[in-house]
Amino acid sequence: MSTMEGYNFAYLDEQTKRMIRRALLKAVAIPGHQIPFGSREMPLPYGWGTGGIQVTAAVLGPQDVLKVIDQGADDTTNAVSIRRFFARTAGVATTTDTAAATLIQTRHRIPEMKLRDDQIIVYQVPQPEPLSRLEPSRAETRRMHALAEYGLMHVKLYEDITRFGHVAISYDYPVMVNGRHLMAPSPIPAFDNPKMHMMPALQLFGAGREKRIYAIPPYTSVVSLDFDDHPFRTTRAPQCCGLCGADNSYLDEIVIDDRGGRLYVCSDTDFCETRRAAGHTGSESPEALAAE
Amino acid sequence: MTVDPDILLSARGLNLSFGAIPALVNVDADLWPGEMLAIVGESGSGKTTLLNVLSGKLRPQSGVVTYRDPAGALHDVHAMPQPALRALHRSDWGFVHQNPRENLRMAVSAGGNVGERLMAQGKRHYGHIREAAIDWLQQVEIDPARVDDLPRTFSGGMLQRLQIARTLVTHPRLVFMDEPTGGLDVSVQARLLDLIRSLVRRLGIAAVLVTHDLAVARLLADRIIVMQRGEVVEAGLTDQVLDDPAHPYTQLLVSSVLQA
Repeated sequence: MSTMEGYNFAYLDEQTKRMIRRALLKAVAIPGHQIPFGSREMPLPYGWGTGGIQVTAAVLGPQDVLKVIDQGADDTTNAVSIRRFFARTAGVATTTDTAAATLIQTRHRIPEMKLRDDQIIVYQVPQPEPLSRLEPSRAETRRMHALAEYGLMHVKLYEDITRFGHVAISYDYPVMVNGRHLMAPSPIPAFDNPKMHMMPALQLFGAGREKRIYAIPPYTSVVSLDFDDHPFRTTRAPQCCGLCGADNSYLDEIVIDDRGGRLYVCSDTDFCETRRAAGHTGSESPEALAAE
Repeated sequence: MTVDPDILLSARGLNLSFGAIPALVNVDADLWPGEMLAIVGESGSGKTTLLNVLSGKLRPQSGVVTYRDPAGALHDVHAMPQPALRALHRSDWGFVHQNPRENLRMAVSAGGNVGERLMAQGKRHYGHIREAAIDWLQQVEIDPARVDDLPRTFSGGMLQRLQIARTLVTHPRLVFMDEPTGGLDVSVQARLLDLIRSLVRRLGIAAVLVTHDLAVARLLADRIIVMQRGEVVEAGLTDQVLDDPAHPYTQLLVSSVLQA
């Protein structure tokens, strides 16, 4: 595919990309630490991935194969538009196949497939400051990060256990990166948190509106906060995927009729399709329904 | 400078002025372990400024504040790096504000408020933190059944007691109190004073107490400093100063107390 006339490769000008790459280098050097950067106006609204798209533009090369997912799916509006945006402005190859991608931009999920050390994953981040709901002053939260004073986050966990009997954070579950920085993992489900720990792929985080970039280098420890007597636990719907029968993937719940009918399917569409192509079937898959 | 080997906190030659207004003029103060020092004086005499300078919150224009840590090493409070000073405030020191709402987290339950300092110190066992919180609520005479209630449902006296529990949970050696009974009605004040006195005596805490109320000073303090326009006009044992005031200003203060 040829690139559009009149645009620089991957939309952003080279000086902007250079600025973002410098921020990325700093971010990789201090895992989990938020680096300010001069976020640009992008041709999509805040909250749709302006941070992620700028990071992707800055690290994208002509040989890269790009995959974009939104809530694990390749076919949702956000994913389709961002994928087409880079296909037109950079002319790079795109794919929905997790294994074939070299660069994955994601919103709210980490692919089920284990990522490799030749891949980069870029997260879209709405709120990079994990302490934002607890401490309104940004000057104070920066000081808390500088002095590693993270007792306040545990006060939040304490309150959750007191009120609900367990930590009731289901997404954007705070993590400690490299034993030093408290970090918001972007709104991925807590189910995905363990995947970040010692991940071979480079993880980059971009928050466009908040103008922050942070990163986790490959093979870095990422530990979800917990109490000794209330250890971190992941949760998922107890069902199996209706299409591929997977019992270990994160599921979406889809209402299929007006009589309370529900279908549980893998939120990672590529994972689900790969399994079905390999012959796995679930209780609601076309093959199973045809056999009835 | 030579310092008494037992002394806990020592200030020498403190000077601070806000523009043309002198807040501290050549102030010296000493505090020994386990004793309570009251700073009294009228409004604007520099009491709270002195407290803030002693606790390292405010930097004097000249003078030194020295603190002896549990290991016996001396620290110049204003030359300490900020992380060390903040760590001191979280563990060895405590600060009780006049308005408990400044210190408490109003959106966090009573138990969470008491446990915060423990968690800041790295305690990571929910059950133990909760036990400590309940224990401390009992020590400050708050019904342990209210451990999960939000502070906004507490009365003014309970809030002040909750603040004290939150401060003392880490067993500090030194507590700074800024008018701890201000804004409370007289019967609540009496109970609170009684509570502070028994806790401080039992735990062997040293305290610096700012108050304009001579009755509070007489009830709680071992020694007293009388301030006027930033200067220490009289200092000594509480009973000695209040029963036999030497300085005219102290005489005026003592004689102006209403006799009920």
